[in-house]
Amino acid sequence: MQAFEYANPTSLKEALGMLSSQWGEADILAGGTDLLSLMKEYIHTPKRVINIKGIKELGGITKTAAGLRIGATATLDELTESAAVRTEYPSLHQAAMGVSSPQIRNMGTVGGDLCQRPRCWYFRQGYGILGQEKGKSLVPDGENRYHAIFPKSQAYFVNASSLAPALIALGAKVKIAGPNGNRELRVEELFVVPSSNAARELALAPNEILTEIVVPSARGVKNATYEVRQKEALDWPLVTASVAIRMKGSSVASAKVVLGHVGPTPVVATAAEQMLTGKSLTQDVATEAGKSALDGAQPLNGNAYKVQLARVAVKRALLEAAKARG
Amino acid sequence: MPNYSWPPMSTRKAIGQRLSRHDGLEKSTGKAKYNSDLNKPGMLQSALLTSPYAHARVRSIDTSAAEKAPGVTAVRVIATPGTELQWQSQEIAIVAASTEQAARDAVRLIKVDYEVLPHVVKEEDISKVGNRAKPAGEQLTGDPDKAFKEADVVNEGHYGIPVLTHCCLEPHGQVVQWNGDQVNYWPSTQNVSGIGGDLAKNIELPATAIKVHQDHIGGGFGSKFGSDRWGVEGARLSKASGGRPVKTFLDRATELNIAGNRPSAYARIKMGAKKDGTIIAWESTSWATGGMGGGALPPIPYVITNIPNRRLNHSAVATNGGPLRAWRAPNHPQASFLTCAAVEDLAAKLGMDPIEVFVKNIEYAPEARRESYVHQFKKAAELAEWSKRWHRRGDSGSGPVKRGLGVGICSWGGAGHASTCNARINPDGSVDIELGSQDLGTGTRTIIAQVAAETLGLPVNAIKVKLGDNSLPPSNGSGGSTTVGGVSSSTRIATVNALDQLFEKVAASLSTTADKLEAVGGKIQVKGDPAKSLTWAAACRKLGTQSIAAQGQNNPRNPLGLNTQGVAGVQIADVSVDVETGVVKMNRMVAVQDCGLVVNPKLAEGQVTGACIMSICGALMEERVMDGQTGRVLNPDMEFYKLAGAADIGEIIVHMDIREELDKRGVIGLGEPPTVGGVAAIANAVANAIGVRVPIIPLTPDRVLRALEERRSA
Repeated sequence: MQAFEYANPTSLKEALGMLSSQWGEADILAGGTDLLSLMKEYIHTPKRVINIKGIKELGGITKTAAGLRIGATATLDELTESAAVRTEYPSLHQAAMGVSSPQIRNMGTVGGDLCQRPRCWYFRQGYGILGQEKGKSLVPDGENRYHAIFPKSQAYFVNASSLAPALIALGAKVKIAGPNGNRELRVEELFVVPSSNAARELALAPNEILTEIVVPSARGVKNATYEVRQKEALDWPLVTASVAIRMKGSSVASAKVVLGHVGPTPVVATAAEQMLTGKSLTQDVATEAGKSALDGAQPLNGNAYKVQLARVAVKRALLEAAKARG
Repeated sequence: MPNYSWPPMSTRKAIGQRLSRHDGLEKSTGKAKYNSDLNKPGMLQSALLTSPYAHARVRSIDTSAAEKAPGVTAVRVIATPGTELQWQSQEIAIVAASTEQAARDAVRLIKVDYEVLPHVVKEEDISKVGNRAKPAGEQLTGDPDKAFKEADVVNEGHYGIPVLTHCCLEPHGQVVQWNGDQVNYWPSTQNVSGIGGDLAKNIELPATAIKVHQDHIGGGFGSKFGSDRWGVEGARLSKASGGRPVKTFLDRATELNIAGNRPSAYARIKMGAKKDGTIIAWESTSWATGGMGGGALPPIPYVITNIPNRRLNHSAVATNGGPLRAWRAPNHPQASFLTCAAVEDLAAKLGMDPIEVFVKNIEYAPEARRESYVHQFKKAAELAEWSKRWHRRGDSGSGPVKRGLGVGICSWGGAGHASTCNARINPDGSVDIELGSQDLGTGTRTIIAQVAAETLGLPVNAIKVKLGDNSLPPSNGSGGSTTVGGVSSSTRIATVNALDQLFEKVAASLSTTADKLEAVGGKIQVKGDPAKSLTWAAACRKLGTQSIAAQGQNNPRNPLGLNTQGVAGVQIADVSVDVETGVVKMNRMVAVQDCGLVVNPKLAEGQVTGACIMSICGALMEERVMDGQTGRVLNPDMEFYKLAGAADIGEIIVHMDIREELDKRGVIGLGEPPTVGGVAAIANAVANAIGVRVPIIPLTPDRVLRALEERRSA
């Protein structure tokens, strides 16, 4: 990796002062499980690396009546160990357990999971976020078995976050600190489709820090995540579905259905959500919702199988949620 | 000549013991040092510049900026202007510097002007490789056309197994120091006695000038015999840097791209059989690549080779990928998969149990192994609960998860290689056994100690074994499953010779002659008369101040019945397949394996277990993914070059086929045969579970779902 300056601030203010208004100048280091490999491959060549793990206010997980506050530097392991998460937000617990490496759960942070860069192998080999050579994406005619089935314009990579689908389904927000104060985004608003091969896929400015995640109370919300992964050991999900359902009696009052690893941003399956409203969560309804969720999918020449996987993931997440209390 | 033969099974004390490997604790605590762990005083680090293109010509190269970079001591150009680069990551230049980072930074300052040339990197679809396919000429036996007409059932299928790489956890490389007329060389090698000579040839020094040392190796699998370009260049960098040691170990991407691979094999296979399962005809059109040299015809039909009517056509496909190297049992896993898959498909069409079909046709296998296969099919079937769990193809019940069983077979040679052993018995009673061999992680040290202990009537921990240095008596490289046969035989002969000398020294004090003595239970005694004995320590004290040294050699042309070749093995896989997601899970793998006289059953089982895990990886996950557009390897990492974790392997049951009649044959190598049949077994189990053949390995969710989809739309 390229030599860099290492900064170890102890306050958020200090850290914000060290960032740059240009991408590429400075990188934020939390768990480092993604940043280090990006730097080793010279995909990121920051002049300064700012470790934020020493900033106490960015850590911790707290449960209040209003919901759950997760500090950006809380580790995935802390998340999986949290009793509150396990009981009230099983979808989040399941999503974190999908990161099936204890080492990565120990080091990796919740903020880092949201901010990590895509795993697209063209991006990782230096062809840019859109995987382009001579202005044309290499993905459609290339090896795209892990790529998007909901591509957007020229973006064929898939969002890599394990937690985002669950957080979106649960209606979570992220808090962001910047030079001009704080702002909040709904988690789905954090992810954007990059406009160029050098652009970023997050709605963050280069001088902002994601500080915490706030998840509203999920009391009375049946929620579950189902991930299709080839391996039990460390492996990226092929697709993920996360659902959060409010029931009225035995039928669905409102549903959130979110797909992960299918597009450059997590995909909110609005058609499936509408289709579920008023129905009971039976096997047939769940199967039908899976089909609705994949309406409009545009698979590439090597990844049509992911459409089937996503349908199944939605179905199984719904059936899992149906079993859950709440 | 003394009697070197192995003691009969019933009287053995040390041989046959289920001992843990001697270096197990050291390895599991990290105390064991691999050569990639070395940090010599004054040591320099190096970095390679490699080709970003799959095919290009170097027009010019400018290293001036790198030479001036901080910390750099030497820069060497490997691919001079005009050099045609035939694969991505081919070596272009190498830099030595004070730190790894300085070396890597300097490499990025080297300017190369490339003329990019057209490449071919994918061979699965042979219609798209153009003139890169070189047909080898038809092999014809009998009259296949007539036989297919006479067949009651004919099955045609296509099958493929991709290029995979060795994935050694310790990458290739070395620390090397060329100081004056001597080179100290610490490589990661399967070839301690021979690699020095290989380096010497390449740097124009006498072989005796190279001192090689290696205590442990982190995996080789057939890919670590030579000094390699990085070894030669490392030595030259050291010389150019005033004789300071230079460390070069490949980074993961370079390791996966250029440090060897197992060639692919694709085939269309047609088989014809009579209603009763008798196979009468085979026809195959196959192709393979392992880089620019193409890939050879795997030995098909495998094991049941002598099908009376056969037509084989094969093409070697030259692709712009890193060159192949031997990978545990070269071309056998491919041959086993192609053959066993075709037989399984034929059996399904016949409505027969595939084991029945194999047994029915066992006369096509080499005569010497037929009985073993039949025995092993039975044993493996019993351990896998075949009669309870096997079902007709696809008949696997309701629900999305289908369970199935499949079988695969192996054969291998494994005769002992040339090996020399020195055995020394010291006046203090200690025993030193020395060989210029290597322990690849298989337990070679432990096995040698067991053989010596058996001969000398001592506990195994009384034997000190020294390996891993080319100043010791030479043994061949560890390839072809030849080590255990070679080193056990040379150790047996050396220790018998040393013991005879000890008998001569002490016979008089026991009022007898040397030929009447035996070494049993830590004593030297008159045969059958424990009352007339000396303890081992007392006997050795009679040596005065002088040790006894004796040598033993295994001569592969006349191994004295101590080792031999030719083994059989049968594996059965038990899998569950989720037909909604295409995800395959291993329930169980059963391996029944013969290797003649088994010196240490526990270590042998460990070898077979490791081989089963490699088969699981190969069947379900491993694949070098090439990009047709850029010519690059897209997964030169441990993230998308997938390997199994502990949770992915299921239960592994190993049964070493230890029987008196097999034991009598002598010691036979085991490194390779158990890696052969697993892919076939797993692929057949998946076909059995889901009712349709998934033709191309690895059996990933996309391929499993595609096969199911194609059947639905058929």
